[in-house]
Amino acid sequence: MALISRGFRGRRRAGGSADRLPPGQYETKDFPVLSAGPTPRTPLNQWTFTIRGVDAKTARWSWDEFKALPRTSMTTDIHCVTKWSKFDTRWEGVSIDTLLAEAAKRGVEPAPFTMAACDGGYLTNVPLADLVGGKAMVGYIYEGAPLDPEHGGPARLLVPHLYFWKSAKWVRELRFIERDLPGFWEALGYHIYGDPWREQRYSGDA
Amino acid sequence: MIEPAAPPPPPPRASLSPILPRVAWRVATVAEVIQETSTTRTLVLDVPGWPGHRAGQHVDIRLTADDGYQAERSYSIASPPEGSHLALTIEYLEDGEVSSYLCGELRVGDRFELRGPIGGYFVWDVNAGAPLLLVAGGSGIVPLMAMLRHRAAALPDLAARRALPARLLYSSRKWDHIINRDELAMLVSNDPALEVTYTITREPPPGWTGFRRRIDRMMLAEFAWPPAERPHIFVCGPTPLVERVATAFVELGHDPALVKTERFGPTGAGA
Repeated sequence: MALISRGFRGRRRAGGSADRLPPGQYETKDFPVLSAGPTPRTPLNQWTFTIRGVDAKTARWSWDEFKALPRTSMTTDIHCVTKWSKFDTRWEGVSIDTLLAEAAKRGVEPAPFTMAACDGGYLTNVPLADLVGGKAMVGYIYEGAPLDPEHGGPARLLVPHLYFWKSAKWVRELRFIERDLPGFWEALGYHIYGDPWREQRYSGDA
Repeated sequence: MIEPAAPPPPPPRASLSPILPRVAWRVATVAEVIQETSTTRTLVLDVPGWPGHRAGQHVDIRLTADDGYQAERSYSIASPPEGSHLALTIEYLEDGEVSSYLCGELRVGDRFELRGPIGGYFVWDVNAGAPLLLVAGGSGIVPLMAMLRHRAAALPDLAARRALPARLLYSSRKWDHIINRDELAMLVSNDPALEVTYTITREPPPGWTGFRRRIDRMMLAEFAWPPAERPHIFVCGPTPLVERVATAFVELGHDPALVKTERFGPTGAGA
C-alpha cells in the first residue's frame, strides 16, 4: 500500500495516453537534453562508425559511406530515466540489422553483448538481442532534419524500448563483448538493462 | 593433462561491476519549510534510514493521490553530507505537477516517498584536491550549494580552505531571484578562499556594478582559473546556459573530462 500524500491530486492525463506511459513517467512535448559533460563536436570529415568484433576485426564507415547505406525510419515513443517520455518521435538512420549484415561481409562476427562507445568517452552496454530484428538503429535524422549535436548528432544509437541513456549520443563504435559489462551510468548505480516498463531505473530494481 | 591447482581468477565483471545496494523507497516527513525566494522553498526532511549521500547527488520523489494515481520526479539534494537532515530546494514551475504541490499544499508534518541518493558522476568532495569551479543558472544552484556547504563543513580551518579554493558564478534574472544569497554572503565573509560572482541578466538592482549579461566566454575567462590549474568544473542550470558554458570552457582549453554538467528544463533558445 503506497503512502498517500495529503492533498496531492496530480494532473490526470486525458484520453488514452496513460497506457503509453511506463510507470513513474510523465509526458513532455519538449525534448530535454541530458548529458554528463560538454557536447563533443567531431567534424564530419573525421567522423567514422566502427563495428568491432571480439577478435578486434573491424568494419568501418566514413560519414559519406555511412550515409550511403540503406536508410530506415522509425516513429517511436522514448522514455528517459529522469522521468520524461516523449511520444511519436520520428527518426531516420541505418538499422543495426543492416550494419551487422555489412560487418559480417567484412568478417566481423557477432557476440551476445555489445558496448556502444562514443565521443566524449561515454559507454553503454546493450545485449545484441535488443539491437536486432528492427529494434534499433544508428539515427542521424530527427523529425526530418540532421540530428542536433546536443541531442547526439551527428549520429546516436536509438534503442527506444530501453531507457534513453542506452540510446547513446555521439556514438562512434559498437563493440561486441562475450559477457555483459556495465557502461558509464550502469557502473554509477543505474540498471544494467533498463527496461522502462519494469521501471528498471537503478541497480537492484527488479 | 594437469589441472591447475589455483582457483581460476574471478571473472572480469567482479571488479568492473560494483555490487550496489538496491535504492529503496523511504518515507520522508517534512520537518521544516523555508521560503527561499518568491518561487523556491527548501524542504527539510526527516528520512529514517537515509544511507548518506555525496554533494551533487539527487533523489527521486513519488507522490500518491488518494485514488492511487502517482507521479515521480527527481530533485537535487541541497544539504551537505554532514547535515543532520536531508534538504531539497524546489523551484515552483507553472505547469509542474509535482513542484506545484511541493511548493504549495505541502506543509510541516506531511509525508511522501523518496529514494536515493542517485547519480555518482556530478559529485564533489573535499578529497578532490583541485580548485572547485561552479557555474549556476537559476535553481541550478541547488547541487552546487551542497558542494559549498560540504566544503565549509568539512574544512573548518582556513589553511585547508586556501588549499582548496572555490569560485561560484551564478546567473539570475533578478537580484531577488538569487537563492541562498544571504547564506552565500555569510560563507564568503568567513572564507577568503571562496569567491562568489553574480550576473543579473534582466533587472539588476539600482547601483549594480557587477555583470549584467548572460554568461559568455569572456566572462568565464575573467572568472575562472586558467586551464593549467585543472579546476574541477560543475555547471548546472537550464539547458541553453549549460550548453553555452560547457562549450566555452572547452574552447578556453579546459579538459572536457573535468567539466561536469547537469541540465534541466526544456531545450530551445532563450534563457
